[in-house]
Amino acid sequence: MSREDPRYAGSRWDKLARWRRGEYDPTAGRLELREPDFAPRDELQKLRKYAAQTERDDRYELGLDTRLRGFRRVYLAAAGLLAVFLAALLLVTVSWLPQFGDYTAPEHNEVARRYIEQGLEETGAVNIVAGMILDYRAFDTFGESCVLFIAVCCVLMLLRVDKEEDPHSMAAEDMSDRYFEPHREVILQMAARVLVPVSLVLGIYVVLNGHISPGGGFSGGAIIGTGLVLYLTAFGFERTGRFMNETTVKLLTVSALTFYCFAKSYSFYTGANHLSSFITPGVPGAILSGGLIVYLNICVGVVVACTMYCFYVMFRKGGF
Amino acid sequence: MSLVQNFPFFSIILSMFCAIVSFALSGKWAKRAHLAMTAAVLALSAGVLGFTAATGDSYTYMMGHYSAPWGNEIRIGPLESAMAVCFSLLMLLSVLGGLAHIDRDIAPSKQNLFFIQLDLMLSALLALIYTNDLFTAYVFIEICTIAACGLIMARRTGRVYVSATRYMIMSLVGSGLFLIGLSLLYAVTGQLLMSPAERALAGLVSDSRFTLPLTVIIILLVVSLGVKSGLYPFHTWIPDAYGYATPAASAVLSGLVSKGYILLLIKLMVRVLPNDNQAALNMMDVLFVLGVVGMLLGSVDAIRENDVRRMTAFSSVAQIGYIYMGLGLGTDAGVTAALFHVISHGAMKALLFLCIPGLTEVSGGRADREALRGAGYRHRLAGLGFTVGALSMIGMPLLTGFVSKYLFAAAATSAVPGKMIAAWVALAVSTTLNAVYFMRMVLVLYTSVDASHRRAEDYHASPVENAGIAGLIALNVALGVASPPVIETLARGLAVFG
Amino acid sequence: MGSSILTNFEEIASVLLFVIGMIDLLVQPNLVKKIIGLDIMDSAVYLFLAAKGYIAGRAAPIVTDGILDAAHYINPIPAGLVLTGIVVSVSVSAVMMALTICLYREYHTLNLDEIMMLLRRREADETLRLSGRNGEGTPS
Repeated sequence: MSREDPRYAGSRWDKLARWRRGEYDPTAGRLELREPDFAPRDELQKLRKYAAQTERDDRYELGLDTRLRGFRRVYLAAAGLLAVFLAALLLVTVSWLPQFGDYTAPEHNEVARRYIEQGLEETGAVNIVAGMILDYRAFDTFGESCVLFIAVCCVLMLLRVDKEEDPHSMAAEDMSDRYFEPHREVILQMAARVLVPVSLVLGIYVVLNGHISPGGGFSGGAIIGTGLVLYLTAFGFERTGRFMNETTVKLLTVSALTFYCFAKSYSFYTGANHLSSFITPGVPGAILSGGLIVYLNICVGVVVACTMYCFYVMFRKGGF
Repeated sequence: MSLVQNFPFFSIILSMFCAIVSFALSGKWAKRAHLAMTAAVLALSAGVLGFTAATGDSYTYMMGHYSAPWGNEIRIGPLESAMAVCFSLLMLLSVLGGLAHIDRDIAPSKQNLFFIQLDLMLSALLALIYTNDLFTAYVFIEICTIAACGLIMARRTGRVYVSATRYMIMSLVGSGLFLIGLSLLYAVTGQLLMSPAERALAGLVSDSRFTLPLTVIIILLVVSLGVKSGLYPFHTWIPDAYGYATPAASAVLSGLVSKGYILLLIKLMVRVLPNDNQAALNMMDVLFVLGVVGMLLGSVDAIRENDVRRMTAFSSVAQIGYIYMGLGLGTDAGVTAALFHVISHGAMKALLFLCIPGLTEVSGGRADREALRGAGYRHRLAGLGFTVGALSMIGMPLLTGFVSKYLFAAAATSAVPGKMIAAWVALAVSTTLNAVYFMRMVLVLYTSVDASHRRAEDYHASPVENAGIAGLIALNVALGVASPPVIETLARGLAVFG
Repeated sequence: MGSSILTNFEEIASVLLFVIGMIDLLVQPNLVKKIIGLDIMDSAVYLFLAAKGYIAGRAAPIVTDGILDAAHYINPIPAGLVLTGIVVSVSVSAVMMALTICLYREYHTLNLDEIMMLLRRREADETLRLSGRNGEGTPS
């Protein structure tokens, strides 16, 4: 199409050329940043004030304090020395260790051999790592679940905003959440509709197959948690709160950890006292095999999913 | 296997289960559950102590169906069970002594979370005492660290956030060093349980293989636990962390948490690391020197401090120095003295930290010496408790601090001459310095003031807290008067510890 | 220097990363960068463990085709340790981040040095206020 053609003006080529010259903006009037229209005027003022407050206001001028600057210099020098010393020490150590990939290295000993050669028979888990962490060394893994649990407690203690404690900041948190977080984003919601079911199903698959394929409670739980977080980001607290609220999280966490605690106590008690246990490894490869492993994986998955969700919710708003 | 041999396992699981259930309970019920659980753990541990003291030997307990190199296990002897008794008793008394302050300092909706931290802290300490597995030790070290952070920041003021952050940073450096030391140890031995690891290490030493990695492993493990327990050059987080937390948390932190790491270090040195090679001996010397330096400089810092809370916290640096000096002597007597001081410092420091809030609250909320003048008249029990704790710290006969100092001095006689002289001089100087700041404080508390300042207006002490303080005073006196059986149990336990 | 310095690249990388992370954790005044340092430090240890578990030419420790020969699979133990360790470091990072959020709300800065200075200034103010309140009532 030549430029002299009367149809040229207003055609796509014309628009492209004008856009290149900077005369035309295809998104004008369609994709502009607008003030959220849900908030009335005075509320908007309050929001602006809140946003301004979160910026630093009474910053101390560090540069003015010469004593601190001097201390910082000495500290940096000491840290540099420490770094060089530690790096040299560790490098020399590593240089004396067995070679990478060497099958005669000391750690490839009878412990690993038994896990591999008898693990399937003794624990019923095809995934040897799952058999090791949930049967041979289950006490460690219970401790590890407790680490997650105590981290949740710490985060709740720090960030949860309680009504009776501080109704004021709860409202402020709610408001800032509505202001800063996406609000009915079409793209996000569309993507979430596709991705959330996939990630939930994948997570459940990874949890349930933890003893017969790569995966397990921790990885599966993290995937489920991600799905929940995505759902929350796309559809907001009101819709997610219908099935994931504080009561649900508490109930799920407490019941999963309690089951874990009792199941493992039974197994420890019978093991230490040389009693016979009614838990059998089952048929290797079946979904309900591996003795307690599949149930423990489910518990761990539930705890991890709740933990991930809880962390996100606390970091974002301080309440469910 | 008799039923009583299951009790250590029951006590660990019970405290964990209590934490889990408390998540769904209200603050009030979580408190009751915690107190009942601690009392139950105390009773169970006392049963184990009776059993192990009677047999005089230690036994291993499999956590699962698989024996030593394959499955987790715990190991229980007289020393471990005695420590479990002391730790649960101190925990119980500390929490009782700070109960009313927990109510006041922590929002009601968050109290159950606070008690979860305490429950898991106790379970982690018990696990550190009993465990015979290096990786279990790492996991429970982390529980201990996070729980300690939770206890520090439970007051939720800007001040304690800073303290908790500084504590976490130092602790995490320690954890990182411990983890890489553990990985290196695994790389050269291929074992994670302590007894097989010891055999593997002995084999390596006799074949003189991996000599240099072994040295580095010893350095890393000892330094990491030193950092976590507040050994002298790594002590900067102590005054912040202990000084501003709620009193029960301060008492538990200074009395128990750093002691858990020290016990683990003793366990590693006695049970795992080869202790007759040059690297281990040099490490002992380093610990000895750092301990002595800590004893002196910690006290100097305490003298320069005007705030009674920070002063007491700095005195912890000095007392940790005593323990490391005892370890550094490199003799069994030195380790026994250090173990006794672990208990006795727990009793003294918990008492001091629980009495301080009573004294400051009757002095307008201020903690400096000027304001505290005559506070001993205004709150008699807290004044008495502080005085007993302070005298015990200085080493007054009939109190527990005296027994520790006597044990350290006696242990020094069997060490090499250089260390003997150094230890004696350090003990003498440090005792003088202790006397300077603690006696000064006691004198301030009982300075005569006119009658209008002898009574505190509208201050109501809580009877439960008073019971906790009274219990700790009694414990200090009891440990001071009836120390021989305790020392004998510790010494016999140490003999079967390795 | 030992003989493996030219073959243990994975281990060398991991110890260097460990030192970088640790110094980052100690030196950076910015709290978020400190957390990044913490994560680098922990991940370096996991790299080290994973490298230690590897045996040239062997398969992942999941029983395939019913082969139960230890000479067929790599060492499963380091994998299990890494799994446990990752969960621990996730928890610790979460606690540190929550603390950072609280500190930011309190002091409106992420720089730990600035926070310390502000803290000292506030404390001095507080002491002044308290001593002013009880100033006349204190016995002398």
